[in-house]
Amino acid sequence: MSSDNIRYVIVGNSAGGTAAIEAIRQCDEKGKITVISEETYFNYSRPLISYLLAKKVTLNDMPYRKREFYKDNDVELILGAKAEKLVTEDKCVILSGGQKVPFDKLLLAAGGTPIVPKIKGSNLDGVFTFTTLADALKIEEHINNHKVKKAVVLGAGLIGLKATEALLELKMEVTIVEMSGRILSTTFDEKTSSIMRTALEKRGCGLFTGNTITAIEGENKIEQVILKNGQKIPAGLAIIAIGVKSNIELVNETPVKTNRGILADEFMQTNVKDVYAAGDCCEAKDFLSGANHPIPIWPAAVRQGKIAGFNMAGSKKEYRGSFAMNSVELCGIPTISMGQTAVEEKDYQVLQRFDAEKNTYRKIVLKNNRIVGAILVGNIERSGIYTGLIKDRVDTTNFREQLLGEDFGLISLPEEYRKHLVTGNGGVF
Amino acid sequence: MGCRLCEVHCLVQHSKSKDIIKVYKGKEPKPVPRVIVEEKGYLSFALQCRHCEEAPCLEACPTGAMYRDKKTGAVLCDEEKCVGCWMCIMVCPFGVIARGQETADREQTKIVSKCDLCIGEETPVCVKNCPNEAIVCEEIE
Repeated sequence: MSSDNIRYVIVGNSAGGTAAIEAIRQCDEKGKITVISEETYFNYSRPLISYLLAKKVTLNDMPYRKREFYKDNDVELILGAKAEKLVTEDKCVILSGGQKVPFDKLLLAAGGTPIVPKIKGSNLDGVFTFTTLADALKIEEHINNHKVKKAVVLGAGLIGLKATEALLELKMEVTIVEMSGRILSTTFDEKTSSIMRTALEKRGCGLFTGNTITAIEGENKIEQVILKNGQKIPAGLAIIAIGVKSNIELVNETPVKTNRGILADEFMQTNVKDVYAAGDCCEAKDFLSGANHPIPIWPAAVRQGKIAGFNMAGSKKEYRGSFAMNSVELCGIPTISMGQTAVEEKDYQVLQRFDAEKNTYRKIVLKNNRIVGAILVGNIERSGIYTGLIKDRVDTTNFREQLLGEDFGLISLPEEYRKHLVTGNGGVF
Repeated sequence: MGCRLCEVHCLVQHSKSKDIIKVYKGKEPKPVPRVIVEEKGYLSFALQCRHCEEAPCLEACPTGAMYRDKKTGAVLCDEEKCVGCWMCIMVCPFGVIARGQETADREQTKIVSKCDLCIGEETPVCVKNCPNEAIVCEEIE
């Protein structure tokens, strides 16, 4: 290898890392790319672990890139090794086995780690977190080995509810315990939380809100959990899903600046030259507020990884920011939420419509006549049009009455903007 | 003019038998059209996947189902890989990806349905059969 080939090192092998590889290779065919991952799987789709647990997909369906991906892109893959230390002045990463990996350009895309609260008995067999493929396989094995029929899920966020959905699919009796007053409180508004709560309860799922687990009991393995209100719930399995924190330990004793995540600028570079960050471990620009904010969702990780990759390879590209968005189907009800959805009405204009008969709900949040958030429940078709209107900051004054319609489409939009979408090159960035 | 012939031809093209009678007589699953006709008063237009250069659906798809065909540049969905998470529907600013009803070769609803530029046909059927030549298919460099 000639000395002028750039050495790219990527820590993390999920959405952000993969997107960076693809971007780098679009600009630089020669540079040496090394990917370091603590996990031992060559590549898998993290959002699919709940589908795997529910037996809706098999292990073979888990990779989101072909087996040849790393070979075709000439990537050296170091699996099962943790990047333990970053030495910015020597431009190298030191791995758990002591191996030194030097870099010219580094991308930190190491994701997040689930938070496990200090609960008595949380080390018992049968208590799991649920963010990796290994977690899903361990849970499946535990269920099979002990013929588990009853489970408790702590935390009613997206991960907790995806786990719940999978366990219900396996015909298990599930009880959700959530500290806040309602489920999915960071994703949804109160109305949507209540629609989804009713659906879960109809399906036989137990739900305790405003409550938490104070102890997990059992001999060697979990047998029951004790709630704050003293109630005892028998369970052969507990999934802890109260939140995920950004993996920032690697930069702890370095000049790289962090908040909750690693801070990245509009080129996805950290405050240290040639060190970039992307995905759940980083805090980049929030499209709506303009401030740095962690947005731990797949599309944001891909976009950030891609932008980082281009910039690392010398093709300057600016990150315009992302906003939170999620698509979740629970109990057969599809939902999509995006942007700011649970707001104080005095600062925003809120349009909403609930159809009790169809059990559909649609809410649009506006600020200065521009859409900043939306929720769709039951009917989610064409919801991306709202995403586009948020991204393009389109003034909705002239078509506001049509925004909530089930048949809302491009035809409702102002002529110039509509033509730009229908016959032009579109508003995509 | 809003004749919706493109919708008819599209769903027949993506049906099991490609036979309009069988599809409309309910002898087999009727797919959702992959081209949408929007209509209001005298204004109407047909809309299908733009096969964007920077396609948001490609970035949002967490399973690798959505991919760009290297030869044609078309954005296609590998129905074997799609699990129906609807992330692509959430990000498509044209609203041209739909929840699929049934597909040509399997009765699976948890996959999306989108324009594939009629793989195997010289010209997409919506373009070929538009009586007003309102729908065109052009290659862009």
